[in-house]
Amino acid sequence: MLSDTLSQLLYGLSYGLLLFMLASGLTLIFSMMGVLNFAHASFYMLGAYAAYQVSQWIGFWPALVIAPLLLFAFGAVVERWGLRRVHKWGHVPELLFTFGLSYIIVELVQVIWGRAAVAYRVPAELDGPVAWLQGYGITFPQYRMFMMGVAVAMLVAIWLLLTRTRVGLVIQAALTHPQQVEALGHNLPRVYMGVFGGGAALAGLAGVVGGNAFVTEPAMAGTVGAIVFVVIVVGGLGSLLGAFIAALLIGLLENFGKASDLTGLAVLARLGVDLDSGSALHSVLALSLSQVAPVLPYLLLVIVLIVRPKGLLGTREG
Amino acid sequence: MQNPHGSSELAELGEIRFQPWNVGRWILWGALALVFALLPLFFSRGFALTLMSQMGIMIVFALSYGMLLGQTGMLSFGHAVYSGFGAYAAIHAMNRIAAGTLLWPISLLPLVGGLAGAFFGVVFGYLTTRRAGTPFAMITLGIGEMVFAAALMFPGFFGGEGGVTGNRTAGPPFMGLPWLSWLTFGPQVQVYGLIAVWCFVCIVAMYALTQTPLGRIANAVRDNPERAEFIGYNTQRVRWLVLILSSFFAGIAGGLTAINFEIVGAESFHAVRSGGVLLAAFIGGAAFFFGPILGAVVFVVFAIALSDYTKAWQLYLGVFFVLLVLYAPGGLASLLLMNLRVAKFRKFARLRDPYVGVLLGGLLLALGVVLLIELTYHVTLDIGQGPLMRLFGLPLDTSAPGPWVLAAFVLVSGFVAFDYYRRRFARCWHDVQVEIEDWIRENPGDSPR
Repeated sequence: MLSDTLSQLLYGLSYGLLLFMLASGLTLIFSMMGVLNFAHASFYMLGAYAAYQVSQWIGFWPALVIAPLLLFAFGAVVERWGLRRVHKWGHVPELLFTFGLSYIIVELVQVIWGRAAVAYRVPAELDGPVAWLQGYGITFPQYRMFMMGVAVAMLVAIWLLLTRTRVGLVIQAALTHPQQVEALGHNLPRVYMGVFGGGAALAGLAGVVGGNAFVTEPAMAGTVGAIVFVVIVVGGLGSLLGAFIAALLIGLLENFGKASDLTGLAVLARLGVDLDSGSALHSVLALSLSQVAPVLPYLLLVIVLIVRPKGLLGTREG
Repeated sequence: MQNPHGSSELAELGEIRFQPWNVGRWILWGALALVFALLPLFFSRGFALTLMSQMGIMIVFALSYGMLLGQTGMLSFGHAVYSGFGAYAAIHAMNRIAAGTLLWPISLLPLVGGLAGAFFGVVFGYLTTRRAGTPFAMITLGIGEMVFAAALMFPGFFGGEGGVTGNRTAGPPFMGLPWLSWLTFGPQVQVYGLIAVWCFVCIVAMYALTQTPLGRIANAVRDNPERAEFIGYNTQRVRWLVLILSSFFAGIAGGLTAINFEIVGAESFHAVRSGGVLLAAFIGGAAFFFGPILGAVVFVVFAIALSDYTKAWQLYLGVFFVLLVLYAPGGLASLLLMNLRVAKFRKFARLRDPYVGVLLGGLLLALGVVLLIELTYHVTLDIGQGPLMRLFGLPLDTSAPGPWVLAAFVLVSGFVAFDYYRRRFARCWHDVQVEIEDWIRENPGDSPR
């Protein structure tokens, strides 16, 4: 029982960390450029497909580096010849542009790789459960462990980049004082291009490690996209730490929810209340937690919006 | 109005004339009604009627979306929630009518849908409209996903995977009038007629709404929410009210869908439908009242007519949409009005040659892109049918290099031609627009010649 719970916890954490990898790029782009990148989940999907293609040719490990670099280039091109053009018309056209882009990417992926899922597999070195955890009776795939390692490494790398390097300082300054950064002679549009490309690369990296842990298919952008938006709204728009907490929360919520067959009726029965099957509440309470699991993140969103409209760690009311 | 002195502005106020009969407006609305009435005489085949019925529904839906995006500046990714609930309410009411437990004419079913839509607009709108701008967009997306996921959870009401079916012919005759008993809504023509009437009424009602104080304040909230607050309006309340009204019309569109298809499934809530109405309203030009009407027509042509010919229609629609966002963010309506203005100033002759060049170049470029996409699509999706395919009536062998070389050649030559003429056109267009704007600035309040 305890080992089951622990393994659920690990599954939830690894999923939450993957969500955070996506949410971090989105948050970075949003807080710097004010653009909500609707195509972010599509970048995630492109990362997975690029990794699949590269791993077919030269193996998974080179793909781990090459796919994010490809996504960086793609993101930079999108910013330079797309977003920058609509920037002068305000944020809504920017959002619409990325919305249209997500539409096109899904279709292009289908044109190139077909409508069915592709066989993007976990590398042989990481196939199988973690040996030392099995000693405690916990079955947890090595690859998921690797995924968590990549996410944490990425988190540390971003933090070091933003706080310890010259580039990071320019980015931080551009966040709050764009005009002054420009007056000091930095090329602000190029900083934006770099940040957008960097965000795309982060999404691409998430795609590389997430694509084979889950399924690489044209629908993968849609399944994760809405959840990532929930993550950054719940965490508070523009707050990296908030996104981190929200991502883990939602990852755990979904995983524990999926595994539990607890129903509202069972809870009531334990409390000594017996509901007759004719009442309207009965059909709602008869649902088990695993059945309502897909709705839980959105319910969390609604609750957070009622209790705290700016999100867990958000600073501004939108 | 152009006079900067306040005193003469007051003097102008005195010149307001009472116009009981705005002739231009009556002609315009009359012409629209006439078009709706005459269309089935010219296009009576089954396919055309289906197409026009869906256009009518989409016009109502897109206009209700235009109220949000165009009139109030609220970008919603979950508008299908309201049309979906409208559709479910209507289909359940339809089944009650058929069972005899509800006395209500089928022709007024969309009203049931509208009320259901408005009810959920009150509930969900309270949550979503607490924020504006980008957060509003994300929250509507979340609510939309939630409702879609929840719909699959309660098969009792939502019908599960199969949906809920109904029968539109089961109701009593219209308003209990026996001489209207031929009106059974069995044939598609009668359904088209019902949709056309509802569509016309909704267009008039939504236009009238833009003229009310609420409509004007909605515009103010869109353009400058801070100032609207300073003059004493609660912007959150305004957004909520507009969302409720918009949900009402979306619900009517949903009710019409239920009558048209006689089946409602959980996909009525799907993000694809929310995205579709956004595409339609934006393509037409959400900032103009009539923009979504244009957009709905174009969208339905893409979604129904084009989807018969190619599997890649969504790709073409997406590319079309992105091109509009990049080059004409006002949508088709703005393109139309800009060209009308050029024509009004009699400068169209100068644009004619660049137009011909840019259109021919663009056509060639588009042809190249379409060839390449269709060839690739055939290879990835239809390879089971063998390497042979037909495109524009031409037999093509996708395994031979010939079609690919042709496609690449058309693409490259199209790009070169388009790029050359695009520059010429852009220069000429810019010059003409500058001249027109200069003229307007020098002759304020005057119309040309």
